[in-house]
Amino acid sequence: MTNHWIDIRNSDCILIMGSNAAENHPISMKWVNAAMDKGAKLISVDPRFTRTSSKADIYAPLRSGTDIAFLGGMMNYILTNRKYHKEYTANYTNASFIVGPEYGFKDGLFAGFDSRKKKYDKSKWAFAKDSKGVPKRDLTLKDPRCVFQLMKKHYARYTPGKVSSITGTSVKDLKRVWGTYAKTGAVDQTGTIMYAMGWTQHTKGVQNIRMMAMIQLVLGNMGRPGGGVNALRGESNVQGSTDHCLLYHIWPGYLKTPRASNVSLEAYNKKWTPKTNDPISANWWQHTPKYSVSFLKSMFGQAATAKNDFGYSWMPKLDDGVAYSWLDLFDEMYKGTIKGFFAWGQNPASSGANANKNRKAMAKLDWMVNVNIFDSETAEFWKGPGMNPEEIKTEVFFLPCVTSVEKEGSITNSGRWSQWRYQAAKPPRGCKQDGQIMVELFAKIRELYKDGGVFPEPILNMRWDFVKNGKYDAHAVAKLINGYFEKDTTVKGKSFKKGTLVPSFAYLKDDGSTSSANWLYCNSYTEKGNMAARRGKKDPTGMGLYPEWSWCWPVNRRIIYNRASVDLNGKPWSKNKNILEYKNGKWVGDVPDGGWPPMVNKAKTRRPFIMKPDGVASVFGPGRADGPFAEHYEPIECPVPKNLMSGTYTNPVAVVYATDADIYKTNDPRYPFVATTYRLSEHWQTGVLTRWQPWLLETQPQNFVEMSKELAKLRGINNGDMCKVSSGRGEVEAVAMVTGRFKPMTIMGKTVHQLGLPWCFGWVYPENGGDSSNLLTPSAGDPNTRIPETKAFMVNLEKSGKRR
Amino acid sequence: MAGKFFLIDTTRCMACRGCQVACKQWNKLPATKTKQYGTYQNPPDLDGNTYRVVRFEEHPSKENSVAWYFFTEACRHCLKPPCKIKADQIKKGAIIVNDFGAVLFTKGTKELQKSFKVIKQACPWSIPTWSSKQRKLVKCHMCFQRVEAGLEPACTKTCPTGALNFGDEAQIKKLANERLTAAKKKFGGRGEILDLEDVRALYLVIDEQIKYRPVA
Repeated sequence: MTNHWIDIRNSDCILIMGSNAAENHPISMKWVNAAMDKGAKLISVDPRFTRTSSKADIYAPLRSGTDIAFLGGMMNYILTNRKYHKEYTANYTNASFIVGPEYGFKDGLFAGFDSRKKKYDKSKWAFAKDSKGVPKRDLTLKDPRCVFQLMKKHYARYTPGKVSSITGTSVKDLKRVWGTYAKTGAVDQTGTIMYAMGWTQHTKGVQNIRMMAMIQLVLGNMGRPGGGVNALRGESNVQGSTDHCLLYHIWPGYLKTPRASNVSLEAYNKKWTPKTNDPISANWWQHTPKYSVSFLKSMFGQAATAKNDFGYSWMPKLDDGVAYSWLDLFDEMYKGTIKGFFAWGQNPASSGANANKNRKAMAKLDWMVNVNIFDSETAEFWKGPGMNPEEIKTEVFFLPCVTSVEKEGSITNSGRWSQWRYQAAKPPRGCKQDGQIMVELFAKIRELYKDGGVFPEPILNMRWDFVKNGKYDAHAVAKLINGYFEKDTTVKGKSFKKGTLVPSFAYLKDDGSTSSANWLYCNSYTEKGNMAARRGKKDPTGMGLYPEWSWCWPVNRRIIYNRASVDLNGKPWSKNKNILEYKNGKWVGDVPDGGWPPMVNKAKTRRPFIMKPDGVASVFGPGRADGPFAEHYEPIECPVPKNLMSGTYTNPVAVVYATDADIYKTNDPRYPFVATTYRLSEHWQTGVLTRWQPWLLETQPQNFVEMSKELAKLRGINNGDMCKVSSGRGEVEAVAMVTGRFKPMTIMGKTVHQLGLPWCFGWVYPENGGDSSNLLTPSAGDPNTRIPETKAFMVNLEKSGKRR
Repeated sequence: MAGKFFLIDTTRCMACRGCQVACKQWNKLPATKTKQYGTYQNPPDLDGNTYRVVRFEEHPSKENSVAWYFFTEACRHCLKPPCKIKADQIKKGAIIVNDFGAVLFTKGTKELQKSFKVIKQACPWSIPTWSSKQRKLVKCHMCFQRVEAGLEPACTKTCPTGALNFGDEAQIKKLANERLTAAKKKFGGRGEILDLEDVRALYLVIDEQIKYRPVA
C-alpha cells in the first residue's frame, strides 16, 4: 500500500477491483464503512457478486481477465471529459515529457518488438532529451509527441461499445463506474483502489496495476490521503517478507540481485545506480552503493572489507536473462534439474498453479523438507492421488514449527507498518520457531564446511555474532536489520560509537563503516529502542496517521509520495485533505518524502517522486517488459477467437512453459467456460492451517463451484449436486452452488458463462473435502513478475453423479 | 445492573462469521459435521452446538444485479420471554431473566426434554434447542458471565465492522436511531428496527424480515 488501512476512511470513492476485501481482508471494511458514513461511494467490480459487492453502492460484473479494457475505457472517459487534475498531471507526472521519435504503437505491439525472441527493445521507448540530457517537457500538454497526447490517442481506442464487447459489462454499468470514480479528479476529492490477487495473477498482472496507477496519477490521487494504489497483501507478513527479499530478483530493501555480468561490486553499483541530469531531481536511488555495501557488511561482518569488495564475490549471482521464479523453479524441478527442496511454511502441492505438474515435479527430487504447523498435501504428496509410493524416491522430512502467536517478532502489514508482537503462548513440545530451525541448520552446515568443501567462503564468513549460545533472538536479528556503526564514525557532523545502532538510512555509508541488513528498515530499531513495539495513540493531523503506533517504512512515513499531496507552494491541494503542509520554512504533518522546500523554490526544491530518476511519476512507464502503456490482451486461455483491440491476441511477451504438463486450451469447445479461483473468509490460503480447525471447517467443509442459474440449467445441474470441473491440466470434484451472483455475459455477440472455485481444499484433510482447484490452473505467467494466471482460464463443467 | 441491549445493524454485516465462530469458542462448543449443500450458510441452522448462525439470503435487486442479505441469528432476549412463560407452566424457574435482562436457561431445563418442542414453538423465532450432549435446553445467554465481569459478549467483541453492538439501553437505542436515520438516507427511505418494544436484540434491516430469515 502506498497509503495504509486507516487512511481508507479519508477517501471519497473506493474502488474494490481485483480483490474481495470483505471476505479476504474483513477488517478493511471497518475503514470502508467509516468512509461511507461520511458519504463516500463504494464500487465493486468483480466477475462474481461477492460479500464485498453486497456492501457496494455500485456493482459491475466483468469477464475475468479484461480489467485493462475496463480501465482503459475509464482513462478514455477521464481524458475525453476533462476530469483529470491538470496541474498535478503536468507537474508531478511525466505526462509532459516528449517521447523520442522511435516510439510507436501498431496493432497491439509497441515499437521494438522482436518476434523471434518474443522480447521488446525498450530503448525504443526513451524520452527525447535536451542538450543537458534532461527529458524535454511541454507543460501545456499539447505537443503531439508528449506522453499526455500519446496516452490520449492510445486510450481513445477504448470506446464504451468496444470495451463492453470485450468485458461483457453493460455500457450503462461502465458509465456508472467511470463517471463515479472520475469525480475524484476534483481537487477536493480523492479516490482509492483496493486490489489484490485478482489483478496480479494474470499474464498482464503488472499492467493491470499500472493502468490503475496511471488513472490515479491523472486524477491527482497519489500521495494524498484517501488515495494511492493499495495492494491488499495476501498474508499478514507478505509485505515484510517481500521487503526482506522473498523474491529471487531482489536483495533486501529492493536492491537488485546481482547478475553474473556484474563482475565486481563496482560493476554492480554502476549497473544498478540510476543517474539523472535534472538538477532538481533527488534521484534517491543514487545512494544504492551505501545500501549495498551496508547490506554486505550485515552479511559478512568483519570479514567484509574494502579489499575483498565487502564479500561481494561470495554472494550468489543470477545468470543473465534467466528467471528463477516459482514457475521456473517448478519447471526445472519437473525436468529433474533440481535435487533438493525446502518447502518452508508453504504448501506448493495445493498452492501453486498447475498443481499436478508441481506434485509430479516433487517426485523427481532426491529430498524435500517441509516445515509447517500441520500435515499438508506437500508433506504427503508421495501418497496422494495418482502417486505410487513405491516408485517415488524423494526422501521427505517434516519439521514441525511454531505458529506466529507462539513466538516473538515483527509482522509488516500491507500499510508497511512493522508491528512487534510478543509471544502469546508457549509452543507444543518439539516444535521450534523458524529462526531457530535456520540457526541450527546453518550451524550444522558450517560445521560440515570446516573440513573443506566447494566454495566454503560464504558459509564460513557469514556474520554470526547475533547468535548467542546457538539461540535465535528476534531482537538481535531486528537490530541487524536496522544496522550498526561498525567503527567509530562521523557522519553529517555527528559522531557515533562503534556498535551503536544507526539512527536512519541517511547515515549509511559505502565505505564499510556501517551495516544494515535492509536499508528501508534502518530507523526501525535504534538507540531509542524498538520502534515497531511502540503503541502511542496520538494523531496530531487528525487524519489517522498515528505516527507513534508501531513503525512504518520508510523512516516512519505513513503515506509515501506525500509531497505530491501539496501544490507547488507546499499547501495541501485542498484543506480537507491535509497530511502535510509547508509552513514558515518547515514541513508540518507526516514525515515528508524528502525535506526540500516545495516546487515554488525553483533553486532548492526537489521534484516530489524522489525514488524516480526524473523526480516525477511515470504515466508512461518505459521500464516494463510489455510496454510503456497498459494494453488489453486476452488471457492465455480465453473464450474468444480474437482480441477486439488489435491483431495481437495475447500478451506477446507472456511467460509460457513447454513441458508435457504445460497444456493450454484457448477458445476450445471442449473447455467452454471461463473460470477463476479465489479465497474464502473461513480458510487461510490452501487451508493448511484452517482445515484442521473444526469451527472453521464446519462453516466451509467441502470444495464447491459457483455458477449461474443459466449455466446450471444448461448442464442439468441442481444446487448441491456433485460436479466435475476439468481443464487441460486436471480436474476437481466440487459441490454445485447455483446462484444469481454469477450471470452469463454477452461477449462479441456470444453467450459466455463464468464459474469460480475456492482453492483452500486438499485431499489430505478432511475426507471428502475435495482437492485443490489449482489442479485446474495454468502455469503461464506475467512477463514482469512471472506470477501465474490463476484468475482467468478455461474449463468444462459436468454433473458427476457422485454423492457429496 | 442496567438493562443490556444488542444492536445488529445488518447494513454493516458482511458475513465474515466472526461472531458465529467466537460464540463457539467462548462456549467451547464442538463443531458439527457439515456438508456443502449449495450455500455459504453452515451449519444449516441453530442446533445444540450452535447458539449463533449467520444466514445468507440472495434476492433479485433493481440497483445491482442481486442483493445478498446476511443475518446473524440468535436469541432476542425478549422483555417478556414467551419461552419462560411456557416453561414456567411446566417447571417454574427453569428459565430465568437476570438483573440486566439476559434470558437464561438454567440447569432446571434438564427436566424439560419432553416439552422442549412446545417451548421452541412458543418462541417467535424457534430459538430454543435441546442439546443432547449437555442434556438441557440451550441458546445464546448474552455471555452473562463476561458481562458480569465488565466485558462485552464474545460475538460483539469480535465484530470488525460495527454490525454487532452491545451496551446499556440508552446507549444502544441512541445508536439504533442514528443508524436507522443513516440507513433510510442511504437506502431511499427503507429501514426499520425489528420488534423495538419487545426485545433486547434490536435488528436494523432494510427489507422485509422474511427476506433475511425465510424460516418460521
